[in-house]
Amino acid sequence: MTPTWTLVICLLGAILQQFMPRTEPKFARATALLTAFLSLAAAFSGVVNGMDPGVFTTLTRAPWVPGLGIEFHLAADGITHCMLVLTGIAAVAGVLFSWNVEHRVRDFFSLYFLLLTGCFGVFLSADLFLLFVFYELAIVPKYLLIAHWGSKNREHGAMKLALYSFVGSALVFAGILACAWASGVGSFSLQELGKHAFPPDFQRWVFPLLFVGFAVLAGMFPFHTWAPTGHSAAPTAASMLLAGVVMKLGAYGALRAGVALMPQGAAMWQMPLGMLAAIGIVHGAWVALTQRDIKYIIGYSSVSHMGFALLGLLSLSSAGLSGAVLQMFSHGIIGGLLFAIAGRMIYDRTHTRELAELEGLNLQKLMPFAAVSFVLAGFASMGMPGFSGFAAEAHVLAGAWKSFPSLAILSGVGIVLGAAFTLRVVHRTFYAAGAGEVEPSPASTKEKQAHGEALVISIPERLGAMGLIAVALAVGLWPRLLLDWIVPALESPLFENLRKSGGLQ
Amino acid sequence: MNASSIPWLTLLTAIPLVGGILILGSHLPDGQRPRRFGLLFHALSLGVLALIFTQFDPAVGSMQMVERWPWIPSLGTEYHLGIDGLGLLMLALSCIVLMAATAFSRRDIPSGRIYHGLLLLLQAGLHGAFTAQNFIHWFFYYELSLIPAYFLVKLWGGPKRGVAARTFFLYTMAGSAAMLLGFLATYAATGSFDFAELAQRGKGFDGGLAAIYNVRLGLPELSTRALGLLIFFAIFLGFAVKIPVWPFQSWLPLTYSEAPAPVAMVLTGALSKLGVYGLLRIVLPIFPEQVWQTQDLLLCLALASIVFSAVAALAQTDVRRMLGHLSISHLGYCVLAVVCASRITPLDGNWEVEKQAALTGAMLQMFNHGVIAALLFGLAGWMEERVGKPLEMGSMGGLRQKAPVFAGIMGLAVFASMGLPGLSGFVGEFLIFKGVFALVPWAACLATLGLLGVALFLLNYLRTTWHGALSGDSTRFADLTVRERAWVTPMVALILLLGVHPQLALKWLNAAAVLLTERIAI
Repeated sequence: MTPTWTLVICLLGAILQQFMPRTEPKFARATALLTAFLSLAAAFSGVVNGMDPGVFTTLTRAPWVPGLGIEFHLAADGITHCMLVLTGIAAVAGVLFSWNVEHRVRDFFSLYFLLLTGCFGVFLSADLFLLFVFYELAIVPKYLLIAHWGSKNREHGAMKLALYSFVGSALVFAGILACAWASGVGSFSLQELGKHAFPPDFQRWVFPLLFVGFAVLAGMFPFHTWAPTGHSAAPTAASMLLAGVVMKLGAYGALRAGVALMPQGAAMWQMPLGMLAAIGIVHGAWVALTQRDIKYIIGYSSVSHMGFALLGLLSLSSAGLSGAVLQMFSHGIIGGLLFAIAGRMIYDRTHTRELAELEGLNLQKLMPFAAVSFVLAGFASMGMPGFSGFAAEAHVLAGAWKSFPSLAILSGVGIVLGAAFTLRVVHRTFYAAGAGEVEPSPASTKEKQAHGEALVISIPERLGAMGLIAVALAVGLWPRLLLDWIVPALESPLFENLRKSGGLQ
Repeated sequence: MNASSIPWLTLLTAIPLVGGILILGSHLPDGQRPRRFGLLFHALSLGVLALIFTQFDPAVGSMQMVERWPWIPSLGTEYHLGIDGLGLLMLALSCIVLMAATAFSRRDIPSGRIYHGLLLLLQAGLHGAFTAQNFIHWFFYYELSLIPAYFLVKLWGGPKRGVAARTFFLYTMAGSAAMLLGFLATYAATGSFDFAELAQRGKGFDGGLAAIYNVRLGLPELSTRALGLLIFFAIFLGFAVKIPVWPFQSWLPLTYSEAPAPVAMVLTGALSKLGVYGLLRIVLPIFPEQVWQTQDLLLCLALASIVFSAVAALAQTDVRRMLGHLSISHLGYCVLAVVCASRITPLDGNWEVEKQAALTGAMLQMFNHGVIAALLFGLAGWMEERVGKPLEMGSMGGLRQKAPVFAGIMGLAVFASMGLPGLSGFVGEFLIFKGVFALVPWAACLATLGLLGVALFLLNYLRTTWHGALSGDSTRFADLTVRERAWVTPMVALILLLGVHPQLALKWLNAAAVLLTERIAI
């Protein structure tokens, strides 16, 4: 098995869903879980087969549109593997947290796996045009998932997300075409383009097209407003994939097509774009502090966290780039978990996302498992050492100190604000009452009986939450699990241009 | 397997960590069992600590029992443990204080398994932080100790626990974030997070660490000196909040008065020592030059902590708040000593002895203050349990008649806290004053004002609450039970013993203080 199979499995899984019995959703769910596990296994296959993280290894290569030099070319290096594994984990967790979907289950999972096909495809593409095709492929299912299965304001959220994505794509498309023509190599291959040194004046104008175009999807300030709206409107599994994987597509594209191909352009735009990334960190955390809707809070926190990934990319240093990839993985896990708890455990049971209403429910007593998971996820999200987020942010900031010290200081403000809004949301959602009231008050006992079984956190949810927490802890305590794949990948020929122009110090 | 091949320090951290996770994951009902479980693990830690004492060579000032493994090479992080005399004494303090806090806790505390589990995790954080020699490794445990403390205040505290816990956490986090940024800058410039290596790094370079920052980070807007000071202040801020030093102390009175009494014991007895420990282990060795450059300012902050807090304590009506201010004042002496020890003169050799006295005094004061303050908060907690409400000055009187043993122990703790000769509190303060008088006379003179204030309000407290005529709620006040007396005895014995024979503690510290003095001489 090679990572190429992720595409085949997800695509087949999406088709297979349509043959499931309509009246028995459990078959659809079981098939979905099996598909997700298989895709995770395929995502791991590169790691298991001992592929060299430092080489951009071709997996599949076939001509597609020979006249334009477009190929169906899939390849992977260490960074790809990290992203594939992240997508696989998110796929499994998403299915576990969608166990309660009742409305058109088959279609839901079909679209879910189409979205995953797009994500896997972007990470695996070694051809810029192919990458763009997969990138576009992901937009349609995510629009439909939100518009049909979403919660309040779903049409608005879905439309906003799709429009922002298309605008970003338009910039990217222009950038890609410019690259292919200007290079004169007659190919969209990342490897071929990576060998070509684009003239500085060309880089000056094309780099921002590519970087900003991709970064729209990574939630870069000031193009981030789709993120909270879209995330909040989306059904749980979709918001997990949106925050967990789709935002990473943007950052990944910005790394592969932006920073790696046009390092001189990156150096020219380093300061202004770095400033936007740092503002995103602080602004996201600040707005999260003022929101009243729990999903909006998490949505804005995603903006803040992805700001670290962008800041790391723009630092153009080795620590910053490894930190950025680590942060992409880490936020995928932690952000996904936060959305899962807020959307599935809290909203599906209490039918409210307003902090003011959650406060009165004494959820800590009603849902102790959700409370503990949320506390752990919250501390992971605020960057406590021991969780993956800390390792990532520390790398990013160490890189940032070398490239733009003032922005490193600004991001520090974001860390403190991050701690503040996390405490606030944990407190108001679960712990508005203290442990002193250990005897369940008559009201809450009644409440518990009224809700009955519905309040018990189900087994799939427990497995999903524990799995994600375990991954965040494992990577936090032993970041080399990923860094041993990321750091060698930065040595590969793909980053030759960046090294030549003095980056990756 | 011989004794030296056992990773003792890892074991000491692992015991409470494992215990904490076990008890948190268990289904122990409320009642005696969670507390007994906690006591068992604290006793285990004490046992391992005793074994460490037998292995430790007090004649050596450098790190002993070192364990060193690679951890995150791309971030200069190692799993690096070691202790010197200071570390050893801090481990002893945290074992004693945590054991006492567990013992002083109410037996019927709600959700006991979570409470005692968090106390064990807190101890794991303390043990890890007192033994770590690499910043990232240290920071991991430093933050690990913060989270349980937050929940202990938040879930079991008094009526204003929510605000208290949040204020405490956010102040500390802000300090931590500043410190993290400072250290990341240091790493970006030097490529190292190792405390000992960083302390060495500045020496060989012309102009110290500040020059390295200037070359490697390249901030043309800032002069070398300003850049060095900026990073130094970021790191100092983290500790200044933790200790706390004036003007970063405003979280403390509320937190100490809202926390359950045993948690307040840990906060003042052990957690605040992380701050002073950081000054001694990190700030002074790595930034001696910056401490010296800002000595006047830092002295003023330390003096302000000592004097203002003593004055503020005079004005308190709530006993726990008063004790909180007392803590700030006492730890101010430690800060004072550390700052004075940074003095650099052309004829530096002349001051070695005084610096050693000040530093040894600071270390000893940390230990003694930890024990005494923990005892004071613990006793206050027992009083609250008897009265059933927060203690107000003047709401009770003449308790001595009802509870003579309680009054005796309280008197002893109060006098020890005042620094009466013959009790342990005296020795540390004496050494500090001995050093500080020689190094910076004016500061020593001003600091005595604090002593005066402390004596005033502590005597006033003894007079109004314990002596005089019976009044108010005090008529049904019960004396210490046999069980309570048993728990108090070891702490009282420690106070008396170290007061009469301070050498017992000093012999572990001397070598470490001598080495530190050599390191900071430029």
